[in-house]
Amino acid sequence: MNTFLMNIKSNKTLKSKIITLGLVVGVYIIMQVLLSAGAVSSLIKGLLVPLCTYAILAVSLNLTVGILGELSLGHAGFMCIGAFSSAFFSKCMQDAIPVAGIRFTAAILIGALCAGLFGLLIGIPVLRLKGDYLAIVTLAFGEIAKNVINMLYIGIDENGMHFSTKSTLELNLSENGRVIIQGAQGITGTPNDSSFTVGIILLLITLLVILNLIHSRDGRAIMAIRDNTIAAESVGINITKYKLMAFSVSAAFAGVAGVLYAHNLSTLSATPKNFGYNMSIMILVFVVLGGIGNIRGSIIASVILTLLPELLRSLNDYRMLIYAIVLIVMMLFNWAPACIQWREKVVYKLKAKKIRTKEAE
Amino acid sequence: MTMLKIQNLGISFGGLHAVDDFNMEVKKGCLYGLIGPNGAGKTTVFNLLTGVYKPNEGIITLDGQDITGKKTIDINHAGIARTFQNIRLFKELTVAENVKVGLHNQLHYSTLEGILRLPRYYAVERQIQEQALELLKVFDLDKEAEVLAANLPYGKQRKLEIARALATKPKLLLLDEPAAGMNPNETLELMETIKFVRKHFDMTIILIEHDMKLVSGICEELTVLNFGRVLCQGDTNEVLNDPEVIKAYLGE
Repeated sequence: MNTFLMNIKSNKTLKSKIITLGLVVGVYIIMQVLLSAGAVSSLIKGLLVPLCTYAILAVSLNLTVGILGELSLGHAGFMCIGAFSSAFFSKCMQDAIPVAGIRFTAAILIGALCAGLFGLLIGIPVLRLKGDYLAIVTLAFGEIAKNVINMLYIGIDENGMHFSTKSTLELNLSENGRVIIQGAQGITGTPNDSSFTVGIILLLITLLVILNLIHSRDGRAIMAIRDNTIAAESVGINITKYKLMAFSVSAAFAGVAGVLYAHNLSTLSATPKNFGYNMSIMILVFVVLGGIGNIRGSIIASVILTLLPELLRSLNDYRMLIYAIVLIVMMLFNWAPACIQWREKVVYKLKAKKIRTKEAE
Repeated sequence: MTMLKIQNLGISFGGLHAVDDFNMEVKKGCLYGLIGPNGAGKTTVFNLLTGVYKPNEGIITLDGQDITGKKTIDINHAGIARTFQNIRLFKELTVAENVKVGLHNQLHYSTLEGILRLPRYYAVERQIQEQALELLKVFDLDKEAEVLAANLPYGKQRKLEIARALATKPKLLLLDEPAAGMNPNETLELMETIKFVRKHFDMTIILIEHDMKLVSGICEELTVLNFGRVLCQGDTNEVLNDPEVIKAYLGE
């Protein structure tokens, strides 16, 4: 009896994990086939890496919002940190490490580490508090990160690094020095190391790490804190430790998404469009519509909601109208009680049918 | 042997002395009752014992170890586990997972071992599953192991909370109104469960309760609180026949 129950449970989570990973791999294979057949428009081709970026962002934010149960409105800020720290590294090391694979791997680690570190720094004071403070502080953090990077000038020459907050002239670089971050113009000439394959690999790693974390001893502790902090404390769970763990892992993967994003562009600059408040909200929309706590849903929602506005471009003015309608329909489908009941009924009927056909055999 | 010793415990909120000059001694293996009218400060005593509140004065020792003013998790590690008056389960987790959270500090593997799914993860997870089911069986909850805790009927939720508390392997178990909201049959069943827990786990138990039938049925010793002060203390039968106690409960 014991082992029987255990098998059911572990099979269920294992099955769900395999479906999620299989889905990603399946889409990758289909896209590769289509790409080699030349059946993909340049518009879609250009969207492949951003799609992976958004999927990673949504999955990682779901760890904070769905599993830890804290609201974060600054996910784009962590992405921004990851993007700039890694692009900075890649640009500096472009000549020192000519092998793209090694350089990019190091860049990913650096991006994840920097973003994770900022997650930790923000989390330490804020996650001790109860309530909506995290939402407020992360919102501010996202804006601050973007604006600080916008006024930052960094150059490098034989004397080392030079910083300024005013202009490139203030850097006082020697003749063979070069400017790496140019204030609002950002970083130009980052090596284009990102590709669809790399994006999918990073998405798979993100999924594996986050799903394995959720379905482990630590994940249970994190969800226990979400469900009832006082009770979790009473059974000896270290609240601060696990809140920080979930939040900084989530931030680190946002950093990874940032690395992917930065190495896909020739010019990286921090604008309200890519790292601003709107971006953070958009990621949150992916998470909420995909289902809070539902990792697979996050991926699906991020793909649909990124593709949709692009595919509807020909409809011009009606584009955002349709986008809004889709948002409402998805929300109803996921959250309306009547819809949930209807979905359960359908699933139940399908299951019953399956059993009947089995019995018939 | 004394398991728990409380000396001159006191706390005030603003000008209100919620608990004042409170003394109590609980012997190892005893089933101890803490009773009193509403607002007498019973739950406050539990909150002081478990570190939810820090006392203004007084000393609490558990098994000879001073635990006064320590943090909730340190007190849990020292060996006190509790249940709550208003049930506090992890509602979105399954019944088995609720107990597994209780086992958190008993069986370890590192975060990295969990993420990389190293062999130790499987070995320890198996142990956790076995121990959780064993504990659930004691409370006749093993058939509902995979049900969400929120979907359990009320009486079973109470039992699950006790099971979760026991999973932390405490020396002392605090039950805050375990029979609240139960019908007479469920209360009777609960009485048997509490007796069984004490015997099976060799547990010292303090319980807060309003149901006099339950209190007189299972408690060996009682403390009666009124307005944050001890009104009467001692053997159950003596305490329940004390004129002061009758007056506090029924009026003159």
